[in-house]
Amino acid sequence: MSCGRMEKHMMPYVDGRLKVSEQREVEAHLAACPACRLRVNEFRAVSGLLDELPLIEPSSAFDARVRARVAAEPVKQSWWAEFLPSPRAVLAASMLVLATIWISSRPVTQVNNTGGAGSTAQAIDPNDLPVLENYDVLANFEPLTELPQPVQTDEPDEGDSNRSM
Amino acid sequence: MLDVKAGDEQSFALLLQRYRSPLVNFLYRMVRNREQAEDLAQEVFIRVYRARAEYVPSAKFTTWLFRIATNLALNSIRDTRHQRMEISLDTPVTADAEEGAERTLDVADKHPDIEQHLVEEVRKAMIRRAIDKLPEKQRAAVLLHKYQELDYGEIAKILSCSESALKSLLFRAYEALRVELAPLVAGTK
Repeated sequence: MSCGRMEKHMMPYVDGRLKVSEQREVEAHLAACPACRLRVNEFRAVSGLLDELPLIEPSSAFDARVRARVAAEPVKQSWWAEFLPSPRAVLAASMLVLATIWISSRPVTQVNNTGGAGSTAQAIDPNDLPVLENYDVLANFEPLTELPQPVQTDEPDEGDSNRSM
Repeated sequence: MLDVKAGDEQSFALLLQRYRSPLVNFLYRMVRNREQAEDLAQEVFIRVYRARAEYVPSAKFTTWLFRIATNLALNSIRDTRHQRMEISLDTPVTADAEEGAERTLDVADKHPDIEQHLVEEVRKAMIRRAIDKLPEKQRAAVLLHKYQELDYGEIAKILSCSESALKSLLFRAYEALRVELAPLVAGTK
């Protein structure tokens, strides 16, 4: 083993974390290399010096501050809560259902396609025709009741003649 | 952590109790400011709490915890780099600086072992200064390796590097410490 390769083996050797085969290889190098041997000893000394630094204790308020921050965190919903729709979605769906019900409850205008072109007839609800409402008014309009009766003639009227043409 | 994930608040309290001291010490040695270290440690716990639902035990909990802590510390150091003052060799040596007290050593102290006490404090100050001088990633590697006793694989995951790169990183860090602490190293041989 060269001094260059020792770079990656020196700390694991100091820590005692090398495989047996690697350890033998490193020890063979150290036996022949005073510079690396010195460095290993000095790394061990440095490691010992690092042990001299004392630990500090977290302040007495540390736990309380962490708990306060945890308590201030928004409550996490259960997994099934993620499948619940949002209020907006519920409102939109309700509006859609109501609109559907309203539309379906309106009177249906039927279109009868009973044959070819020109034979289309529409079934019209009399209540929807304002002209028929006017008919009721006209039928009960007193001045009109006083009009003389129309003269009966044998001749077909103009409308009949038109229809017959 | 799996109990915390299941919503057991008591388990979170146990995590807090178990890891608060290692975390605060690691962060304190990284950022060299006690108040900042505690703020960062709080942030680590909050992030753990927030992420509890997504936690997957693919790695050791400590690896995950210290990865969060290391990233926060490195970001904090970068953010406050312009505010940090280099420790001058002319700065008076302060006693109990580790505890945050800025009490300057008084040679006229009536402490019977004042000389011994002074020597110890100077040693500690030198060691702290040597660690502070390390580049951030080397410092994190040394602290995780020395004080958290994590194995190389875990530290490599925390620092997002290969095990081989970590061993080189540690070698360079210990080499720098060896040079910086040469007067103390010579005294230990």
